Amino acid sequence: MTQTAAPSVQHGPSEGYADDVSRELVLELHRTMVRIRLFEEHSGKLVESGDMPGFLHLYVGEEAVATGVMSVFTDADQMTSTHRGHGHAIAKGAEFRPMFAELYGKTTGYCKGRGGSMHIGDTQKGMLGANAIVGGGIPIAVGAAFASQYRGDGTVAASFFGDGATNIGAFHEAVNMAAVWDLPVLFVCENNGYAEFTAQGNHMKLDDIAERAASYGIPGVVVDGMDVLAVRAVAIEAVDRAKRGEGPTLIEAKTYRFFDHQGIKGMRIPYRDPAEVEAWRERDAIKLLEAVGVARGLVSESEFAANWADTEAEILDAIEFARNSPDPDPADILDDVYSV
Amino acid sequence: MTTRELTYVKAFNEGLHQAMAADPDVFLVGEDVAGYGGVFHMFDGLLTEFGDKRVKDTPISEQAIIGLGVGAAARGLRPVCDLMFMDFIGVAMDQIFNQAAKMKYMFGGGAVVPLTITTAGGGGMSAAAQHSQSLEAWLAHIPGLKVALPASPYDAKGLIVGAIRDDNPTIVVMNKKMLGVKGPVPEEIYAIPMGQANIVRAGTDITVVAIGRMVVEATKAAATLEAEGISVEIIDPRTVQPLDTPAIIASVKKTNRALIVHEAVEFGGIGAEISSQIQEHAFDYLDAPVGRVAAPFSPSPYAPILENAYMPDANRIAAGIRSVVGRG
Repeated sequence: MTQTAAPSVQHGPSEGYADDVSRELVLELHRTMVRIRLFEEHSGKLVESGDMPGFLHLYVGEEAVATGVMSVFTDADQMTSTHRGHGHAIAKGAEFRPMFAELYGKTTGYCKGRGGSMHIGDTQKGMLGANAIVGGGIPIAVGAAFASQYRGDGTVAASFFGDGATNIGAFHEAVNMAAVWDLPVLFVCENNGYAEFTAQGNHMKLDDIAERAASYGIPGVVVDGMDVLAVRAVAIEAVDRAKRGEGPTLIEAKTYRFFDHQGIKGMRIPYRDPAEVEAWRERDAIKLLEAVGVARGLVSESEFAANWADTEAEILDAIEFARNSPDPDPADILDDVYSV
Repeated sequence: MTTRELTYVKAFNEGLHQAMAADPDVFLVGEDVAGYGGVFHMFDGLLTEFGDKRVKDTPISEQAIIGLGVGAAARGLRPVCDLMFMDFIGVAMDQIFNQAAKMKYMFGGGAVVPLTITTAGGGGMSAAAQHSQSLEAWLAHIPGLKVALPASPYDAKGLIVGAIRDDNPTIVVMNKKMLGVKGPVPEEIYAIPMGQANIVRAGTDITVVAIGRMVVEATKAAATLEAEGISVEIIDPRTVQPLDTPAIIASVKKTNRALIVHEAVEFGGIGAEISSQIQEHAFDYLDAPVGRVAAPFSPSPYAPILENAYMPDANRIAAGIRSVVGRG
């Protein structure tokens, strides 16, 4: 990795990271990003139209981060997510039917309608939950990584969080503890430039959040969060390091949220310059991967198109499934408060 | 079962030793719990017996300590996370009430969080406003948590073992002033299940529901009042969440009078809930309004003369009992 002026921050990945990319990998990464994109766009429309209840924080624009990191994880590896968590879940292997059913508040949902958009979790798949408290999942991922080390089972954990979360105490406490104990965990900061509506320049002095790694004695790596192959390459290095027992890595993926903090309609208050939004949209991670795939002759445009069409069909099926699923019974409201 | 006299803190320590020996998934983390054995010696000898993989000193990072426990528990381990002083719980509160308590429910039952949190609460040591609190009502208010307050050496051992074996996030609040109190404790490992009250003393004239160390003070008061011809029944709920309401109601239906005693401030304390339960379930049996003896609504003061006035004790409890018995 190339050293930059800031001594502690690396800008990754190293040259040639995408040289030996296979056609299968491009198709798989593309499919995952398309799954996230279409799930989010449909969810946004369903909430805005009033068909689906709840708060909705869309991941559109940031697909390459979850996709790149989770592409090197297995079901046994653990992950904690955020309020903007659908993308992480899909990249970890969550299925559309129980996801839509959960958003509709149905018994067939991942959480039987108890959690909704902000709490999708599936411990069988290593998803320790989306989390509606900013920074709340970071210490939990450290605990999951502690269990990996305690059992010596070779698994790793990752925590996704935003730029804003690096200002909360939980981040500092958790990263420091993981560093002290060399725990196998990836701290993945999705820096989309805004803590809700407050620009990064107004909530911290740093340009590169990866610099914070130095204060914990761990590596900090900046990566282009719109380049899924770059994110994946950096994640591979961090996972290898974690599995060697060398401890955590802080990865800062520079990315952008195409929609608003909440919902799909766009900018309700003028906190972002439309030109800025447009510039980032030009670097759409899915378009970038499609360009790479076609330019290298690995994947044809029609194959990419098939990914979009197949996913669209699967989503329409899942929405129908969710709509037709049974509502929870209010008589069961106390179920699962406690383990008995 | 062989029984001998042990102090409250030794009984707790023995329970933890035995629970860790019985289950390799149990581990302990906290500030100075390993090398130092905990500032109250609650964890003496554990590092020597179980090694530094299972007994770990942490940074002073209460959120990370509890978060570590939540993540490890969700993966099937049985963490014991120590918070030293109960007052420090505020620093870790998000991980306790938003994460540990709710994970199972939010995931539709798809998570089990067998996390034990240990801490030491209570006043009477001139430790002032940030090292003396009794915050059990805060915790009891959160669906998903269980809260135990051992009031004897026997219960200190049985409740820590019971908490570790429970599949829910459970806070065991040791009382700092009781650490050296002695009592009979069986040698073998045993668990007291959460939600099972202890009828400490049988009586006929009034039911005193006492929380934590107030069981000791209420017992002293009952001995005094016996000479005055007042027969006091003392119920220690042992856990305020879950609360053994049936045991309390059965007692009140027998005695027809009730007084609730806790170290925590009176307003919004667990006594308010217990009083309400009694009136909902046994109103027609009551011969007098339900009374409360608790701390006044102020932070815990430092000066001994002030703290003595602040803390409920046997004399104030006796006065409270006389007041309820004298009515109606």
